[in-house]
Amino acid sequence: MSTPVNSSGSIKRRLSLQLVGSAAILATILFVLVLNFARQVSEQSQDNILIASATSILDSTSIRSGEVSVDIPYAALSMLGNVSEDRVFYRISAAGVFLTGYSDLPEAKQQGTEQQNAERDRSFITTQYKGESIRIVSATRQLSVLGQPVDITVSVAQTQNGQSETLAQISRTALILGLGFFAISAALAIFAARSSVRPLHRLAVSVSRRGPKDLRPVQSPVPAEMIPLVASLNSFIARLKTSLTRSEDFIAEAAHRVRTPLATVRVQAEVVLRRVETQQNRKALKEMIRTIDESSRAAGQLLDHAMVTFRTDHLERKSFDLADLVLDSVERMQPVAGMRDIEIVMEACDPGQILGDPILIQSAVQNILDNAIKYSPPDQSIAINVQRQNGGISVQISDRGPGFTGNDNARLTERFIRGDNAADTVGSGLGLTIAKEVAQAHGGNLSLNNRSKGGGACVSLYFPF
Amino acid sequence: MRFTLFPFLGLLVTTIASVSLAFEGFQIESFTSYPVDKPVRQLKIISTADTELFAPLVLAFQQKNPQIAIEYTTVSSSQLMQAISVEGAPFDVAISSAMDLQTKLANDGFTRAYRSDAANLLPEWGRWRDHVFSFTQEPAAIVISPDAFSGLQIPKNRQDLITVLRNNPNRFKGRVGTYDVRSSGLGYLFATQDARTSETYWRLSEVMGSLGTQLYCCSSDMIEDVASGKIAVAYNVLGSYALARKDLAGKIEIIAPADFTTLMLRTAVIPTNAQNPDLAGDFIDHLILSALTEAGASYYPFPKLVTDTSATFLRPIRLGPGLLVFLDDLKRRRFLQEWEAAVLQ
Repeated sequence: MSTPVNSSGSIKRRLSLQLVGSAAILATILFVLVLNFARQVSEQSQDNILIASATSILDSTSIRSGEVSVDIPYAALSMLGNVSEDRVFYRISAAGVFLTGYSDLPEAKQQGTEQQNAERDRSFITTQYKGESIRIVSATRQLSVLGQPVDITVSVAQTQNGQSETLAQISRTALILGLGFFAISAALAIFAARSSVRPLHRLAVSVSRRGPKDLRPVQSPVPAEMIPLVASLNSFIARLKTSLTRSEDFIAEAAHRVRTPLATVRVQAEVVLRRVETQQNRKALKEMIRTIDESSRAAGQLLDHAMVTFRTDHLERKSFDLADLVLDSVERMQPVAGMRDIEIVMEACDPGQILGDPILIQSAVQNILDNAIKYSPPDQSIAINVQRQNGGISVQISDRGPGFTGNDNARLTERFIRGDNAADTVGSGLGLTIAKEVAQAHGGNLSLNNRSKGGGACVSLYFPF
Repeated sequence: MRFTLFPFLGLLVTTIASVSLAFEGFQIESFTSYPVDKPVRQLKIISTADTELFAPLVLAFQQKNPQIAIEYTTVSSSQLMQAISVEGAPFDVAISSAMDLQTKLANDGFTRAYRSDAANLLPEWGRWRDHVFSFTQEPAAIVISPDAFSGLQIPKNRQDLITVLRNNPNRFKGRVGTYDVRSSGLGYLFATQDARTSETYWRLSEVMGSLGTQLYCCSSDMIEDVASGKIAVAYNVLGSYALARKDLAGKIEIIAPADFTTLMLRTAVIPTNAQNPDLAGDFIDHLILSALTEAGASYYPFPKLVTDTSATFLRPIRLGPGLLVFLDDLKRRRFLQEWEAAVLQ
C-alpha cells in the first residue's frame, strides 16, 4: 500500500521562479542604467554644443574704438539647428548691461568662486522660458575697455524637445532591449530548471517502472549531487533484498524441517491405526492423519512457493513444448483424480514452443489442476484446452466446482487468501499465487473466470511466444 | 489690373490696392476678398506674395472648399512681422518670402505646430519644427534688359557682371538696381546670404554703388523698370516673379548666376492668434500638395520645390536658427553699415 508523500513544493517551479525573478530584476536594472546613461549623454551633448555656440559668440566680441562690438558668427546659431529643431535664444551683456539678443532671457548664475580663476566661466541651468523648459549656458570673458576690465557674458539657450524626443526613443529601445533580455533569460531559466530536474525525474521513472521483484541496484550514471541519494537508495535496496531473501530462506528451511518429521509421524500414525481396534481411537487417529496431511501439504506449497520465488528471480529460459508439459502434468495427476472418479479430458491440444522455465510452469499447471480436482464434485470431468491465441498460447483448466464468487478475484492470487466458499476444502491459499507469479515471470498472465455453461471455475494461464 | 486674371475666376474679386488702412497699425499694401455664395467659414491670409500671382492658389482652394470665404492681405515682410509678433493680428495663415522672419516668428513662439500627411511629404529641409512649411523654391536672379546689353557679352555670373559694369561705366551709370536692404526683408535675406557665401557680393555692391544704384522695395518694380528700359540690370530679383511675366518676353532676360544662385523658400506659418487653425492647416496642405503633386501643375504659379538639389551652383537657404543671426540688432546694424558704405557712396 502506498501512502501519500508530503510535498514541500516543486523544485522545478521554485528554480524557474527564482531564475525568472532574477532575470526580471536584471532586465529592470539594465533598462534603468541604459536610460540614465542615455540621459547623461544627451544632456552632456546638448551642453557641449551650447558651450561651443556660446564660446564662438564670445570669441567674436572685441573692443572697437572703446566700445564692445559683437559679430555673432552664422555658425554659432546654425550649429544648434543641425542637432535638433529646438528653439534657440541668446543674450549678450557687457558689465551686466544688456547688449543684444533676448533681453528677458535669464543668465545661468555663476556658482562659487573656485571657477572664477578660469579665464572663461561657464555655468548651466535648466529653467522655464516662454512656456518651455530650456537649458541655458552662460560663458563669461573679460575684455579691457579704456583700461577698465569689463565682463562680457554670453548666454545661449535651447529648448529640450529634441532631447526628450531622443530620450523617448532611447527609452523605447531600452524597453525593447530589457523585455527581450527578460524573455530570453526567462526561456533559458525555464530550460535550465527543466534540465536540472530531468535526472531526478529519470531516476523516479526508472525506479517506479520496476517490477515488484526487481531489486537490482540503480546502475545508470547520475549527477554528482544525486550520488548520496542513489547510494542510500542502492544500499536500502540491498538491505531489503537481503532481508527478503533471509525470510524466504527461513520459510523454506522451516517448511523443509517440518515436512520430514511430519512424514515420519504420518507413517507412525498409520502403523498405529492398523493396530488399534477401538472405534473411537481409530477416528481420532484418522483425524490426526488428515491434519498431518494438511500440514505437510501446506509445508510443500510453502516450499514450492519459495522455489518459485527463487527461480523467477533467476529465470532460466529454454525452449520446450507447452502441450507436452501439460500432458505430462495430467498424467501425474491422473491417480489423484481417479481416486475421486474424476475424468480429465483434453479438449484441445495445440502444440507450441515457448521460452521459459519448464519446472516453474509445471508447478503452476499442477497447482491449478490440483485446485480443480480438489473443488470438483466426484463423477464430474475436468476440461483442459491448450490453444494458440493473441501471439501466445493459453492453458485453460475448467471444472464443475462451485466456481468463484466474483467478490474479489484479484485478491485470490495474493498469498494465503482463500475464496469465500472454500472453507470446507483443504488448502493453503498459495496455489493461485504460485500460478500467477510464474505467469508474470514469463511475461504472461493468469485470469480467473466462471464457466458460462453449467457452472464451475475456468482458470487460464497465458504465455506469449 | 495689370495681369490677365485666370478664365475660371468668375467670382467677384474686390481689390483695394496700395491703400494703407488705418484700422490696424501695420501697413497694408493691398486687400482682396474672395467671397462665396453661402459662406460658412472665413480664412484670413496675410502674405507678402503679389495678389495676382497668388490668386490661382486661393481659387483652387475655394474650388475644393466652396463654402470658405477668403480674405487675402498683402504686406511687406517686415510689416508681416510687425502684424503677427507685435500687434497679434488675428490672421489664420502668414505667408512670407522672408525665411528669417518666419523662422523668428516660430522660434519666439508666435506660431502653432501643425502636423499632417501632406506636411510629411516635405523633405526634412522643407519644414522647421512642424511650424514653418515651405512650398516654393525661388531663385535670386539677375534680370537684364537685352537692349541695354546690345554689343556686350551677356554676363553668366557675378564676376562677368562686375567686369561688364566696370568696363562700361557710361552705359550703366544710374541704370543698375537692387533691393534696398534696409526696408526690404527679402532683399536683406538675399544680401546677407550672398555675403555669407562669397566676397564677390561686396565687390559687386561696390561696383554698383559707384554707378549710382537705384534702390527698390520690390522685385516687381525692378522687373517693370528693366522692361521699360529705365534700368539695364537688376540684381537679386525674385526669379519667380520675372518668370511669371510672360508678357515681358523679349524685354527682359533672366540669369541664374552660374557661380552660385541663392534659392529662397517661400514659407507659411499658422500664427498663435489664428481663429481657424484647422482651416489654416487645410490651406497649408493645399499649398504643399499644389507644389509637390502633378494635380497642382495646372495652376501652381511658383517654381516647384525641387527635392534634388545636387546642382552645385544652387545654394538653397536652409531653415533653422542660423537665420536668426542676421536678425540680431548688432549684427544687422553692422551689416547695414557695411552695405551703406558699399552701395551709397
